[in-house]
Amino acid sequence: MIYAKDINERTPWQDLTPGGEIYEPGTARDFDTGTWRTNTPIFHVEACKHCMLCVPFCPDSAIPVKDGKRLDFDYMHCKGCGICEDVCPFPAITMVTGGVAK
Amino acid sequence: MSKIYNLKREVEKPVRLTGGHRLCAGCGAGVVVSGVLRALDKEDRAVVVNATSCLEVSTFMYPYTAYMDSYIHSAFENSAATCSGVEAAYNALKRRGKVDGAVKFITFAGDGGTYDIGFQSLSGAMERGHDMVYVCYDNEAYMNTGIQRSSSTPRFAGTTTTPIGSVGQGKKQNKKDLTEILVAHNIPYVAQTAPIGNFKDLHTKAYNAIYTEGPCFLNVLSPCPRGWDYPMAKLAEITKLAVDTCVWPLFEVEEGVWHLSYTPKKKLPVEDFLRPQGRFRHMFQKGNEWMIKEAQQYVDQKWERLLEHTSA
Repeated sequence: MIYAKDINERTPWQDLTPGGEIYEPGTARDFDTGTWRTNTPIFHVEACKHCMLCVPFCPDSAIPVKDGKRLDFDYMHCKGCGICEDVCPFPAITMVTGGVAK
Repeated sequence: MSKIYNLKREVEKPVRLTGGHRLCAGCGAGVVVSGVLRALDKEDRAVVVNATSCLEVSTFMYPYTAYMDSYIHSAFENSAATCSGVEAAYNALKRRGKVDGAVKFITFAGDGGTYDIGFQSLSGAMERGHDMVYVCYDNEAYMNTGIQRSSSTPRFAGTTTTPIGSVGQGKKQNKKDLTEILVAHNIPYVAQTAPIGNFKDLHTKAYNAIYTEGPCFLNVLSPCPRGWDYPMAKLAEITKLAVDTCVWPLFEVEEGVWHLSYTPKKKLPVEDFLRPQGRFRHMFQKGNEWMIKEAQQYVDQKWERLLEHTSA
């Protein structure tokens, strides 16, 4: 079997999975959509109350949660839409111009 | 899920719609789909069926799938028929002891694939009584192909096929009331919801729909920053305004009994919802005051009717 990470535009058709089926879950994670960002959210952990209101509002599932704590952004998938900053009731998320977290 | 909703506990579950999909930044569909799938119990598996839509072309591009569950797409008009076929096949295999474990069947389709193109297959699947959930993420136009009007597009909204100019002033017809049409199918559970606040409404309705036996339907408002022409960061605000102006009321119908899920503390004028969106910009031009007046009248009339249903 060929894995999603090994398939690219130069893969000959004979090597592809039959019927264009995908046998692994969540392979989209291998795809970098972080390069789309024109604005970048910055997480200020000291101001975060871990209310989690931002988490379900992220269209890109780019806010990881572990042991009741919100972790820093998954910048490989965050597209910088800024919804999280808008719904955050605390000054824990600010948007900066540009695609890179400074 | 225990009886009491706890956002902190729910967001701790492993995600079922991963990042790396190609939906636009700030897209409501990503929020809606991950919100609905979060309502699944951790140990349960799901089959996600998808109609052709923005969601389909961006979450399932070979060799990338954004789903942690099984996924199938076949065409625009037959997502409900595909889902009912998968459910029937699962039942047949289960009878022969070839599969086990709880599998839930969830269909996602946009308003084009639900209100218009997929309507006949949806109606058929609901009538046949398959144990499935059909979720319409309603962004009020054919966004995938470039913002053409659908029967879900509200009156006066500008789209590329109902453009604003000297001849046309946006869509001429009112939005079709699909939720009410699904109520008329006499299925066990129909609900209208939207991603607001701490997601309690969306989550509990998705949970009810998934874990109620028989065909269930969810209609979820899913703002589209491109098509509605508003700043993409304002998703939560726009959705809240849709609910607080009663443009998109939240309610559920369980076994034919209507419940109102949310009454705005102060019912806001419909202008508050229309003003931030570019698709309604022309309504605020001089001489077009009648449009806002008529839009308000329509919303009030629908709201009164809903109150009659829910208080009976």
